[in-house]
Amino acid sequence: MTALLRRSPAGVAGVVILVLLAAVAALSYAGLLPYDPIAQHPPSRFRGPSGEHLFGTDQFGRDVFSRVAAGVGNSAFVAVVAVAFATVVGTLGGLVSGFYRGVADGAIGGVTNVLFAFPPLLLALSLASVLDRNRFTIAVAIAIVYVPIFIRVTRGPVLSLREIEYVKAAVSTGLSRWQIMLRHVLPNITSIVVVQVALSLSWAVLTEASLSFLGLGTPPPAPSLGSMIFEARSLVFIAPWTLLAPGAVVVLLVVGLNLLGDGLRDTLDPRNRGKR
Amino acid sequence: MRRIAGNRAARRVASTLGTLFGVAVFVFVMLRAIPGNQITAGLGTEAAALTPAQKQALEQYYGLDQPLVTQFFAWLGNMFTGNFGYSARSQQSVLDLTLHALPVTFELAVFSIVLALLIGVPLGMLSASRANAPRDAFGQVVSLAGLSIPAFLLATTLLSIFAASFGFNPNGQGFATLIENPLLNLQQMFLPALVLGFGIAAPILRTTRTAVLEVRSHDFVRTARAKGVPERRLQVRHVLGNALVPIVTMTGLQFGYLLGGAVVVEQVFSVPGIGRQVLLGIQQKEYAVVQSTVLVIALAFVVVNLLTDALYRIIDPRVRAS
Repeated sequence: MTALLRRSPAGVAGVVILVLLAAVAALSYAGLLPYDPIAQHPPSRFRGPSGEHLFGTDQFGRDVFSRVAAGVGNSAFVAVVAVAFATVVGTLGGLVSGFYRGVADGAIGGVTNVLFAFPPLLLALSLASVLDRNRFTIAVAIAIVYVPIFIRVTRGPVLSLREIEYVKAAVSTGLSRWQIMLRHVLPNITSIVVVQVALSLSWAVLTEASLSFLGLGTPPPAPSLGSMIFEARSLVFIAPWTLLAPGAVVVLLVVGLNLLGDGLRDTLDPRNRGKR
Repeated sequence: MRRIAGNRAARRVASTLGTLFGVAVFVFVMLRAIPGNQITAGLGTEAAALTPAQKQALEQYYGLDQPLVTQFFAWLGNMFTGNFGYSARSQQSVLDLTLHALPVTFELAVFSIVLALLIGVPLGMLSASRANAPRDAFGQVVSLAGLSIPAFLLATTLLSIFAASFGFNPNGQGFATLIENPLLNLQQMFLPALVLGFGIAAPILRTTRTAVLEVRSHDFVRTARAKGVPERRLQVRHVLGNALVPIVTMTGLQFGYLLGGAVVVEQVFSVPGIGRQVLLGIQQKEYAVVQSTVLVIALAFVVVNLLTDALYRIIDPRVRAS
């Protein structure tokens, strides 16, 4: 963290943005939102932003701030679950592929090639369309898109690590392959994985938002940033805040994740040391 | 030497064919996982009223009584002979629909890439011309915006602003192809292409900046300058020329984003391309349409990747030699 502070002010800005958004999202999980995000109250519809309704109200009189906060919570949940799943499965796949080589490598490589043959959003879309949609299945659909990326970024370094002397030494001491992989190889690829996690989170948020915009995300009435923007399309001129609030928040969330990802890459990737 | 290259090409083709077969299996299995089949898709809730005999007859007609493996190869064989299935709703063949939609998306993709290069390359060079100066910061902000603003948000916002403030909404009327009405077509394509182009301009800008900075640090640039090569020619011929390989590679890699983003953008702007065809298929539960269209898109994507690879060999003599 101090290294990040020293080397990448932009990365720190990313952290600040994310902490603020996390605080807002935490309100929704703690039940501390000013209004119920799905409770309709027709008499107070289309109210502009005010002290009472920070971001105004929508066409059903729902409080936009509460909906945005809950939406950030939902988006973050889906993105985190998806990337966690992809990280674990993909990194293990990359480790096995690079370390065992042979048949395992061929099989994993084949699956990776097949998944890479689909444009990412299209794959998530097709998977989401066949699943019984809820937050977990959407996360799994997005995760499947990112598994091959983690396999590919970890496999190469593992291939070269297994030829390094200390790994060979570990082999000669009689440790099992899994012990070597987890204790001696994995720690050496963590920085690659960490950077990939941060960048993947920003894509995952974008994918989740795109899916819900297209009506293939978390089903309503659960608030989601993408579906809020979809609903606001026809309301822009009556109630611009219904588009601006979720739009600004989704951009802010992705900007925060991108800044953090770039900052981490500059800080952790040895090839960037001494540059800039 | 030539034989080795020939072997490599053959291996590449074989592995691509293997991948495409895997893609076909994946698409088939994925869509078989959904409850319901052609019968329920065609008849909806009325399917429940079928007598067992009618149901059996329909299953036989659609080949649903055959083992899955047989069904898979029947579908694949049909695809090879150009029978992509029928849309139950519009009674059109999926091949027909695809042949109309594919050129539209292709045009959108080319238009987007041109706009992306027009935005990304000059800004990347501007950024690199004085690293860490205000102009560099400007480039970085543009690329961050390109990476962070979702296509659907930019599309929605642009559409509302242009339609309401300037009365410019060419997409409000029926879509015109490039041949039918080129002027209207270009107007209809402009905003969608701008949205997609802005998204892929960001990685192109970043790649251009890094590549230009890298190339400029080489001795030959200093030599050329010492020889008295004019600055503009130096920047374009010597620096940009040598930075071209990573830029082309990055542009090729963006095709995946483009084909996915096309789904969103075509939907917002009502452009009847291949992305919209998939989405409509999903929304109307026309799985024959989805299954074949997704396979066609994956095929197009794989072909584009092969072509990028080939292009990369053509522009970089070092790769050709090694």
